[in-house]
Amino acid sequence: MINVHDIMETIQMIQEENLDIRTITMGISLLDCCDADIDRSCEKIYEKVCRKAEHLVATGEEIEKKYGIPIVNKRISVTPIAVPLAASGGNPVKYALTLEKCANTCGVNFIGGYSALVQKGFAAGDRALIESIPEALTVTDHLCSSVNVGSTKAGINMDAVRLMGSIVRRTAELTADRNCIGAAKLVVFCNAVEDNPFMAGAFHGVGEPDCEINVGVSGPGVVRAALAKLPKDADLTEVADLVKRTAFKITRMGQLVGKEASEKLGVPFGIVDLSLAPTPAVGDSVAHILEEMGLEMCGCHGTTAALALLNDAVKKGGVMASSHVGGLSGAFIPVSEDAGMIDAARCGNLLLEKLEAMTAVCSVGLDMIVIPGDTTAEMISAIIADEAAIGMVNSKTTAVRVIPAIGKAIGDELSFGGLLGAGPVMKVNYTKPDIFIHRGGRIPAPLQSLKN
Amino acid sequence: MRAIISVVGKDTVGILAKVSALCAENKVNVVDVTQTILQDMFVMIMMVDISAITCTFSDFSDQVTGYGKEAGLVINVMHEDIFNSMHTI
Repeated sequence: MINVHDIMETIQMIQEENLDIRTITMGISLLDCCDADIDRSCEKIYEKVCRKAEHLVATGEEIEKKYGIPIVNKRISVTPIAVPLAASGGNPVKYALTLEKCANTCGVNFIGGYSALVQKGFAAGDRALIESIPEALTVTDHLCSSVNVGSTKAGINMDAVRLMGSIVRRTAELTADRNCIGAAKLVVFCNAVEDNPFMAGAFHGVGEPDCEINVGVSGPGVVRAALAKLPKDADLTEVADLVKRTAFKITRMGQLVGKEASEKLGVPFGIVDLSLAPTPAVGDSVAHILEEMGLEMCGCHGTTAALALLNDAVKKGGVMASSHVGGLSGAFIPVSEDAGMIDAARCGNLLLEKLEAMTAVCSVGLDMIVIPGDTTAEMISAIIADEAAIGMVNSKTTAVRVIPAIGKAIGDELSFGGLLGAGPVMKVNYTKPDIFIHRGGRIPAPLQSLKN
Repeated sequence: MRAIISVVGKDTVGILAKVSALCAENKVNVVDVTQTILQDMFVMIMMVDISAITCTFSDFSDQVTGYGKEAGLVINVMHEDIFNSMHTI
């Protein structure tokens, strides 16, 4: 018989430490939906997405019941819409509305893929798609958008960076009456991954199969609870080993759920993304893990080192637990979605500069950060450029998801509700980077791109 | 196919009898039972065979957890694979 202690440990992880499967994301290729007529293309997309994802939500709920493990989100990611748009031309917002209709029909929480990959330059459809993002995110509720502006191989497309500064700002402006929520569904990437199940940056890359299931696990609360039991004088090798062991268990669960979902849906199993994804719920915070390691508060000196240890140990523990690890895999540090980060940002202990340093060692980048409403488009572009440079040079994924709080300043807060949480407006540096940003062109790929 | 029924709460008369009766009604065979006291709480773990179950696993789970709610107990019904995958290599 299975050990009683093991059974109770699993139940405690789920019920008291917020262990859950964050998402089952079905990736669907739209390459066979491209048509020269945009209306026909939209019809094909609606038909294919609804056919493939018809049973996604019901299957997710069935698995939840069988294993007693919550599956918080069921999501869909599709081929970057810039691809069908290149073939069809026309108003890209039609695609946005089609995807929104798909999300409503299938009952999923989010649908991602209103995206363009422009790291080296704009192809047909790319610019039109990017320029339509503010409107697309205003007229939809479930749609998520992402743009890849740089990569280690290609360098950084500074024309796209410049454009994205104004797109982020415009998206926030158009949704100012709804807490600028549009900007919370828009990510600007460097080195975007093609099988990421997490929103807002999920899209189904063109190198992926026709349809697949990717799973994102969660579990910061479980790691924190495990570390809380460790003596305060245990050394950091012991800390890393404990994180590895815990990450292994969490990932095994993701692997089990992913395999089962793929069998039930008759769709190949893609990857497990072994990310520690926090939620605003108490006890589900990455910042609190860092504090459990011995920092008085997240944001103090030592935070970057603690995060580097955590991020690496999560990967090492998880990699053996799954047959295919992919996506972003590591520790997320979204400010508004993490109770500990929110507290640290509120009292001024966690600053944008520290967060930027942390993104060099975490799994993604500057995430869910509320910035003052008077932040200019150029300043947002410069934030994106800095972050993309960290990603490009370190051969890792970085991203920017900042929310300009239109009409608000330091001391105010934005509240998005649900998993997106709430966050204080954080201080930015107002010194102008305008001339640098207006130069445009490309930042050449770094020497480390020449690996062959 | 086996599942684990875990019961946690204050010890009262008839918990084992009631859960076993629900199992019998649905042709779920009790394979093993362990009882213990963990942190002052009564903890019972039942391993059951669900190969011949006469309703859906989901309905069975609802019936047993429903009884738990009435009796003020926390009852979970989970397929054994989740424990095997988490705790064994």
